[in-house]
Amino acid sequence: MTVKIGTVKEPGSSKMNKTGSWRTFRPVLDEEKCIDCENCFLFCPEGCINKENEIDYDYCKGCGICAEECPVKAIKMERD
Amino acid sequence: MEIPEQEFLAPGHRGCAGCGATVAVRLALKMLGPNTVAVSSTGCLEVITSQYPETAWEIPWIHVAFENAAAVASGVERALKSQGKDDVNVVAFAGDGGTADIGFQALSGAMERGHNIIYICYDNEAYMNTGVQRSGATPYGASTTTSPAGKKSFGEDKPKKNLPMIMAAHGVPYVATASISYPEDFMKKVKKAGETEGPAYIHVHQPCTTGWGYDPSKTIELGRLAVDTGAWILYEIVDGEFKVTYRPLQRKPVNEYLNAQKRFKHLADEEKEKIQNYVNQVCAELKI
Amino acid sequence: MLKVISANRAIAESVRLSKPKVVPVYPITPQTSISEYLAQFVADGDLSAEYIKVESEHSAMSAAIGASATGIRVFTATASQGLALMHEMLFSAAGLRNPIVMGNANRALSAPLSIWNDQQDSISERDTGWLQFYAENAQEALDFVLQAYKISENEKVLLPSMVCVDGFILTHTVEPVDVPSQEEVDEFLPEYKPKHSYLDPEDPMSLGTFTDPNYYMEARYAMEVAMQASKDVIRSVNKDFAEKFGREYGFIENYMCDDAEIILVAMGSICGTVKDAIDTLREQGQKIGLLKIIAFRPFPKDEIYETVKNAHRIAVLDKNISFGIGGVLFNEIKAKMDVDIRGFILGLGGRDVSPEDIKKIVDITKTSTESDKINWIGLKEEEI
Repeated sequence: MTVKIGTVKEPGSSKMNKTGSWRTFRPVLDEEKCIDCENCFLFCPEGCINKENEIDYDYCKGCGICAEECPVKAIKMERD
Repeated sequence: MEIPEQEFLAPGHRGCAGCGATVAVRLALKMLGPNTVAVSSTGCLEVITSQYPETAWEIPWIHVAFENAAAVASGVERALKSQGKDDVNVVAFAGDGGTADIGFQALSGAMERGHNIIYICYDNEAYMNTGVQRSGATPYGASTTTSPAGKKSFGEDKPKKNLPMIMAAHGVPYVATASISYPEDFMKKVKKAGETEGPAYIHVHQPCTTGWGYDPSKTIELGRLAVDTGAWILYEIVDGEFKVTYRPLQRKPVNEYLNAQKRFKHLADEEKEKIQNYVNQVCAELKI
Repeated sequence: MLKVISANRAIAESVRLSKPKVVPVYPITPQTSISEYLAQFVADGDLSAEYIKVESEHSAMSAAIGASATGIRVFTATASQGLALMHEMLFSAAGLRNPIVMGNANRALSAPLSIWNDQQDSISERDTGWLQFYAENAQEALDFVLQAYKISENEKVLLPSMVCVDGFILTHTVEPVDVPSQEEVDEFLPEYKPKHSYLDPEDPMSLGTFTDPNYYMEARYAMEVAMQASKDVIRSVNKDFAEKFGREYGFIENYMCDDAEIILVAMGSICGTVKDAIDTLREQGQKIGLLKIIAFRPFPKDEIYETVKNAHRIAVLDKNISFGIGGVLFNEIKAKMDVDIRGFILGLGGRDVSPEDIKKIVDITKTSTESDKINWIGLKEEEI
């Protein structure tokens, strides 16, 4: 019997768990207003906003940190 | 400072919406890169990132128990050294309970022995994984489930244990405090820690939406308020030399920080004043 | 090469020959000289290992786990209170499937404080998932460490092993020991190369994850399968060892059991005393034998039964007690087979066991009508 349980050999496999289903409010970015400050990218607890300011809704839990930390209010939280 | 885009902590983890701990880990790992082995103590971070058969970790990672992240990291570091893999970063992530309380002995031993490890305490000021019980790092006045406010209690009756200074007293070559709300400051410190020969200790302050009682969107704001009111001070100690790394232009009243959280809501003005006086005293010493 | 050394030195020599890369140890009586010999070997360059001067046994085992998880050979050693402090980590080492080998200098547990020998410490760790081997003498201590690595590191096993030596009786007395050459050991015990899991940035894995009720039981089941599989591995390693070094071992040792009417069952150094007593009793025409248990985990129930099944009665000597039920070895044998059995508690906290005590045990065994009675040997009535 091989040693299996307790060891996970696929790094980053939590991606199978799509936490987007937790969300009640979704962040929506107004690209016109965005100044590329990277705050949303830096502060996202999920790491699901990239440097192009694309939000991965598969994982976004809707915490609202990105909207809160956006210095130009380019992100709005909208009911999902 | 150029911040790498690559993530080493994958999404899909089970952290609460607005979790501060995962922000700390994401930012730290960006600085340490893929040639890193991580050790976690038991706690929120371990539980939310490693639910079998999945893992959020993109780098090699091990969890053994609550109280021994530093000892496990000691073994990992020496074992890698014995194989000529001296270039691999060994980082331990432990919460404030795993650091200030149950893991203190193992941490003291590892730091005193001088292992080439980076120990990052993610401090959310209580045992959050088990439902907000007080730790040695719980601040004065905070109501937790084991230091509850009540008719005869104003909550935690002891000030926060000063872990970074205790680490400095061990002669650790690099000691720093940080906050997730000041990411560049934090990441620079992680980078320095990684470049340090010998042990490095970083104590990163990390608000917890569930344990502190505030809206999840305010995690970063709360961390910032802690620093801007002087309730949490950002500094580093390099080879024994102390330096404050961030000074708020004008310190805000500590009430702005306290009043934003449920855990301090019960405090009478008298207790809040005590906290303000304590903050004033520390800040005066450090000229903040 | 024949050297006159203690069991602690024999273990240290065996470790040197096994070439572990990391040795985290914390000194404790009567294990201390193992820590010291290994430190000196490293200091002199005779052992190329990272010696971690940990601040407790808990950290010794924690560091051993971390080191082993990178895929290298690790050794540590302890005794008594130290082993008890490691308790939690013993489960972790076994559950993480780290083939660590540890020497344990058997010593009584406090309170009251005692530095002297009994086997309560390691017996109390019987459920942690570690294989346990008990040495009768210094030669066995050396031989069992070499074999323990080969058994533990086998892919079918991947469980840690404990080699137990009685405190002071073995750890601090010297006797002639055949210390093999490095070449011989290298042929017997090649470098450990794990395939199951390891910490390596080239192949990132997560070890020691959080496991919910959907998976936990299967992980424990796998450990039991491994423990059972270790029996064949032990047989085959015993065989390899005998071919290479000329010394034969099994799960048990049969000393004059074949025609014995009464068989004593014991573990560790006491077996030397028992053998002496048996020689005298045999001269007097009494058909007495000794079944020495070497492997306590996995428990060799078949080997024990095959050896004792024709005896009229067996007597089990326990240097431990599980309060409320008696000696652990006695109760395990009793539970596993239909034999006429008597249990004896003796030698606790270093109480001397003489050949006269063994004769007394034989006499009680012949006449006793109560199989459940816990018979205490060597108790001082005036101190009770």
